[in-house]
Amino acid sequence: MKGSVAISALIVIVVAVVAPLVGSTHIDLANAFAGVSPDHEIFFYARLPRVLLALLGGAALSITGVLFQCMLRDPLAEPYTLGVSSGASVGAVLAICLGFSATGFASLIGAAVVLAIVVTMSVDGRRMSSFTLLLTGVTMNSIAFAIILFLHSIASFAQSFAISRWLMGGLDAVPYSTLAWLAVIVLPVMAIVTLRAPQWNLLAVGEEWAASRGVSTAALTTFGYIAGSVLTGLVTALTGPIGFVGLIVPHALRLKFGADHRTLMPCSILLGAAFLAVCDTLSRTMLPPTDIPVGVLTAMGGGPFFLWLLRSKRRSLWA
Amino acid sequence: MSFLASHLSFSYGLRDASFELPQKGLITLAGPNGAGKSTLLGILAGLRAPYKGSLKYAGRELRNCPRAEFASNVAYVPQSVRIEFPFTAGEVVLMGRTPRTGGWFESEHDRTAADQAMSITDCLALKERDFRALSGGERQRVVLAAALAQEPKVLLLDEPATHLDLKHQLALYRLLARLGKTMLVVAVTHDLNLALQFSDRVMMMEDGQIAGDGVPAEVLNPTSIEAVFGVRAVFQLTPQGRAWMVYEG
Repeated sequence: MKGSVAISALIVIVVAVVAPLVGSTHIDLANAFAGVSPDHEIFFYARLPRVLLALLGGAALSITGVLFQCMLRDPLAEPYTLGVSSGASVGAVLAICLGFSATGFASLIGAAVVLAIVVTMSVDGRRMSSFTLLLTGVTMNSIAFAIILFLHSIASFAQSFAISRWLMGGLDAVPYSTLAWLAVIVLPVMAIVTLRAPQWNLLAVGEEWAASRGVSTAALTTFGYIAGSVLTGLVTALTGPIGFVGLIVPHALRLKFGADHRTLMPCSILLGAAFLAVCDTLSRTMLPPTDIPVGVLTAMGGGPFFLWLLRSKRRSLWA
Repeated sequence: MSFLASHLSFSYGLRDASFELPQKGLITLAGPNGAGKSTLLGILAGLRAPYKGSLKYAGRELRNCPRAEFASNVAYVPQSVRIEFPFTAGEVVLMGRTPRTGGWFESEHDRTAADQAMSITDCLALKERDFRALSGGERQRVVLAAALAQEPKVLLLDEPATHLDLKHQLALYRLLARLGKTMLVVAVTHDLNLALQFSDRVMMMEDGQIAGDGVPAEVLNPTSIEAVFGVRAVFQLTPQGRAWMVYEG
C-alpha cells in the first residue's frame, strides 16, 4: 500500500512541476522567477493557477467517483450521478441567461439547493437508504437537465454560446485567492473521507454487512453524500462539468491496486489530480491557439480508454 | 442467557414473540417461507428496527446497545453476499476483524485470526482469489469465515447451507454444533433433517409467531410438521438409532 501511494505521489509531483512549463509559448523559468515580462505573467498568472486548479479539481472528482461508486455499490456511478453538479449547472446557466457575471457563485447556490433537496428527500428519521439517494439524485438530474434545456431554448445567440461553452467544462486561470479557499475546503474534506477508508470498505460490500460490523450506515451514507457533493459542487462551480475523471480513474486504479479503499482513495486523489492536469495541458497545447475544453478531451480520450479497459480487463472489472 | 425477548413484534414478519436464548448451544429456526425466521434473525442482529416490545442482549435493551460494541459480540451471516468490486476473499474475511481492529491497519493477530477462520471453513486456498469469481458455496464459506474472524460470542446465520454441496453442508453443521459448545449459534434452516441431527433446540415459526420451541425430537414431530408445513412426514431410525424423516405427498 505504501509503495502504491509513494509512486502515485511521485507521479503527481512530476506532473505538477512539468505541466506549468509546457505550453504553446516557450517561457524561461529563470525569467519567470526574476519577474521578467511576459514569462512571469504567463507562468504565474496563466499556467500555474490553472494547473493548480486542475490538480485540486482532478483529485476532488476522482475521490468523489470512488466514494459514490462505493456508497451506491454501482461501478458506473460518478460524481455527477447524484444531481449536485446538475444543480450547479442550472445555477450557472440561469446566471448566464439573467446576465449575471458571477456564474461560479450562482452554480454554488444551485448545487447547494439540490444538495438540500436530495438530503431532505432521502433521510427518513435516522435512516438513509442509498437506493433512495440514487433515485432522488437521478430524478434531480433529470429535472435539472430539463430546466437547462428550457433556459437554453429561450436564450439569445450569445447566451446560448456561453451556456454551451460552460456545459463543456473547462479550466481557466483563477485568482490565487479563489484557489486558496478551494484548497481550504477540498483538502480537509478529502482527508476526512480518506480516513474513513475501512468503513467505506464495509459499505462497498453492503449496508447490512457494514451495519453488522458496527458501522452506522445512515450516518456514513449521509456524510459521504454531503462530502462528495461539496467536492463536486465546488469544482463544478469553477470548471463546469468535467466528465469521465470520476469514472475512469477509480476503475483504472481498481484494476491496478484492487478495491481496498485504504489504497484506492489516496491513490485516486493523487492520480486523479495528475490525470486532469495532464489532460488540461494537452487541451491547451494540442491545437494552438485553440483552447479545447478539458471536459471534451477527458470524454474523447477517456471514453476510448475506458472501452479498451472494458475490452481487455473485462473479467477483472466485472468478474 | 444472552437474549431475552418479551412480546417482541416487528412491522412485518414477527408478532408477539417471547423467548430466552442461552449463552451456548446451536438453535435452529425452522418454518415455511414467510414465517418470520429471517426477520427474527435480523432483529437479533440489530439490523431490523424499530421493533416493538423488549429485546435484551446481555441484560441491556438492544436499541440502547452501542453499535460497535454489539458488533464485536454478535456476528451475522446473510443468505448471500454480492460484491461489485474486486475484493479478494482474504480482504473480505479481514473485514470481519473491523469491530475488533479499531484502527486503519490490521495487526498480525488480526491476520492470524482471519487465516484461522479461513482454515476452519476450508477456504484458505481461496485467499487471493477475487471474491466475485468464487462459486456460491465458496462465497458462503468465505462469508462464514469473516463472521468467525470477528471472534463473536453469538453467531447468527441466515440459511447458511443454501449454496453448499452435501459434503460442505454436513461439515458446516458439524462446525456449528462444535461452535455451539462454547457460544450461541442461531441458524435459519429449511433442512429439518439437519436441524434434527445437529441442533440443541429448534424454534419452529409460523405466520410471524413461534409455533414450537424445544428439543428437536419434541418440536419436529409428524403432527407439528403437517400443521406448519402442510406436509406429511414419516420418521425412521437409522441403523445407528438416529431419527430422520422422509416426506410424503
